[in-house]
Amino acid sequence: MTEKVYFDHNATTAIDKKVLEVMMPYLEMQQGNPTSQHSFGRHARTAIEEAREQVALAIHAHPAEVIFTSGGTEANNMIVHGAAIKNAQSTLVRSNIEHPCVSRPMEAMTQQGWHQDLLKVNHEGLISKEAYKNINANNIGLVSVMLANNETGAIQDMSNLSNFAKEKKALSHTDAVQAFGKIDVRFDEMYIDAMTLSSHKIYGPQGVGALILNKRSDIEPLIYGGGQEKNLRSGTENIAAIVGFGKACELISESMKVTAIRTRELQKTLEISLKELGAVIFSENVARLSNTTFFAFKDIEGSTLLTALDKKGFAVASGSACSSVNKEPSHVLLAMGIEEDLARSALRISFGNQNTIHEVKDFMETLKQELQTLKQLTAIAA
Amino acid sequence: MTQDIARKPIYLDYSSTTPIDPRVAEKMIPFITEHFGNPASRSHSFGWTAEKGVEEAREEVAKLVNADPREIVWTSGATESNNLAIKGASHFYSAKGKHILTVATEHKCVIDSFRELEREGYTATYLEPEPNGLVDLEKFKKAIRPDTVLASVMFVNNEIGVIQDIEALGNICREQKVIFHVDAAQATGKVNIDLEKLPVDLMSFSAHKTYGPKGIGALYVRRKPRIRIEAQMHGGGHERGMRSGTLATHQIVGMGEAFRIARVEMQLENERIRKLRDKLLHGLQDMEEVYVNGDLKQRIPHNLNISFNYVEGESLIMAVKDIAVSSGSACTSASLEPSYVLRALGRSDELAHSSIRFSIGRYTTEADVDFTIQLLKEKIQKLRDLSPLWDMFKDGIDISKVEWAAH
Repeated sequence: MTEKVYFDHNATTAIDKKVLEVMMPYLEMQQGNPTSQHSFGRHARTAIEEAREQVALAIHAHPAEVIFTSGGTEANNMIVHGAAIKNAQSTLVRSNIEHPCVSRPMEAMTQQGWHQDLLKVNHEGLISKEAYKNINANNIGLVSVMLANNETGAIQDMSNLSNFAKEKKALSHTDAVQAFGKIDVRFDEMYIDAMTLSSHKIYGPQGVGALILNKRSDIEPLIYGGGQEKNLRSGTENIAAIVGFGKACELISESMKVTAIRTRELQKTLEISLKELGAVIFSENVARLSNTTFFAFKDIEGSTLLTALDKKGFAVASGSACSSVNKEPSHVLLAMGIEEDLARSALRISFGNQNTIHEVKDFMETLKQELQTLKQLTAIAA
Repeated sequence: MTQDIARKPIYLDYSSTTPIDPRVAEKMIPFITEHFGNPASRSHSFGWTAEKGVEEAREEVAKLVNADPREIVWTSGATESNNLAIKGASHFYSAKGKHILTVATEHKCVIDSFRELEREGYTATYLEPEPNGLVDLEKFKKAIRPDTVLASVMFVNNEIGVIQDIEALGNICREQKVIFHVDAAQATGKVNIDLEKLPVDLMSFSAHKTYGPKGIGALYVRRKPRIRIEAQMHGGGHERGMRSGTLATHQIVGMGEAFRIARVEMQLENERIRKLRDKLLHGLQDMEEVYVNGDLKQRIPHNLNISFNYVEGESLIMAVKDIAVSSGSACTSASLEPSYVLRALGRSDELAHSSIRFSIGRYTTEADVDFTIQLLKEKIQKLRDLSPLWDMFKDGIDISKVEWAAH
């Protein structure tokens, strides 16, 4: 365990010790149901409201705009479903590189009478202003564009999204799960209606996230019941996780800038070496998260290299963790017009706050050796 | 706040939520600190360790209810499970018809899922239970129509603790080819559940009612005969497409351990709790004008729901601050409406308002029960001494016949 190197922080992160500390009382001691009126319940309620403030503060939103969910997936499903139901038969617009938890619920709605239109990214993974102009639909129920892509790390211009939404009088949403904690995310300055956050990507616990919803926006719930979270999300609150998420938000606000500078250094070192070995780096020349490098070596299969690296103690990914069950090439790369063979070779490295320059150098050493071995094998096979 | 900590009330609200068993917490911690991988990451050992934890927990949950691990789908809790089961199955089988059947005393999240389906064009029947809280089998049978697609009945009621005859209800559903969903959030670790024998298609579970963590639950989805549901949350295709979203590994592991402990210790624990409950019941029954809500025989030993006549509900709650109890279900206790469950049993508004749910659990002691009996006796007497209604009752006036002057 100690010798292993974790380069997969876009999949999930280890919980911060300080986060765990604030969670422990809620895991170990008698706790009430936050809806209960006795002191146990009231104590739980206070803890949740404090966490709500911490989340709001980190993204410059009002606490009343924070709706806790079971994670990013639920928040994304909630906004898609909730906005669609409010606007029957409307068109749902998204980029063609969204996470499946935005694209799949939209596709599900198309089977029930809604329409879907796609904003297409260019070769660098960005949505240009022109792409927005290609959307002709007028009755738009929701437009959703992710802030930073989980695979390439490319960062979209939110002003394009907000201008488009304003012009079309549509509800706008961004999935900020990967961007939050890595770049400054200010909800009050983006002029969009809704935003998705996740805790376990920012050193908080798994199983909790939030939908940030502008107070003026009105959507239908996805989960009905006891009426928690202002009737928008029923179910007994996951107190320990919510408290942990709040603390993680507070900590990430403090450490983000330093971490970003550090990971940028690692990224530079890594990418110089990768290119020396002949790697292609995706979204290389656009605004991109400082911790994410998505790259490929032509003719070297990603999954083979990945397994070899894991054996040597380096945890990397071949794309998003959620889809690593299937062996399809990255849908993001295909959307960017990358040819299928090269897409199949893609590997993702995502740094976190504990990674060091030594780990990067060790990694490059190992990678060189593994590449050589694989090339020899390929030569023999050929 | 400091006062709260200095003198903590006695916790008798285990049906609302339970503390995490220390053994559960112990098992969870390593999955927060060390084995933190994403269980869907198939490419490295961080992910594999997490996945192994998840699958072992799935086996434990399955074992408690004698199901196949492959029939267990993780969710964020029983509320989500109930939403997923009811909306998911009703949507999937909507070709059969658009009538759905449940009981008026179900949990809010079942009722609200039904209401949502009504908005979508389904017709719903909310069957009234008998005055003892149990569903009459004949009435249930009669409520089923040719176009009934799904019926949902809870195993154990959260407010009054009565246990429905799930086997008989399930058999009726089988005969009529109706999908049968059971909300078992309040049943795990309290009654035996054998899904190999029970004719149930879908069953919802919660961890935090059985000494596990909050924010995690499961839905049982029968494989033979295979039941299909439409996903409510789409995405990475986790849980065989039925429920997407990164799994909270430590919470799942916690639920597994909580259900393992429940399986091993249920019998002994129930005996101990039954003795405490009976003691509480006998202690309180000494008083005049107290009414037990719900059937006493077909009931879990953990629950006692009592109405104290001629006592005003809100002052009662304020008076018994030294014990943490519920008046009605916790999920709706923010409102001052009398419990809809007690109303469905035919209780008057007054009796519903003056009800207390005592729910006893793993850490309740005999001293707690003694204290509670004494406290209640003292406070009820005090409140009744202040009550003009109590005076009238004592004077032999039938209050229901009194014609009050309008102000």
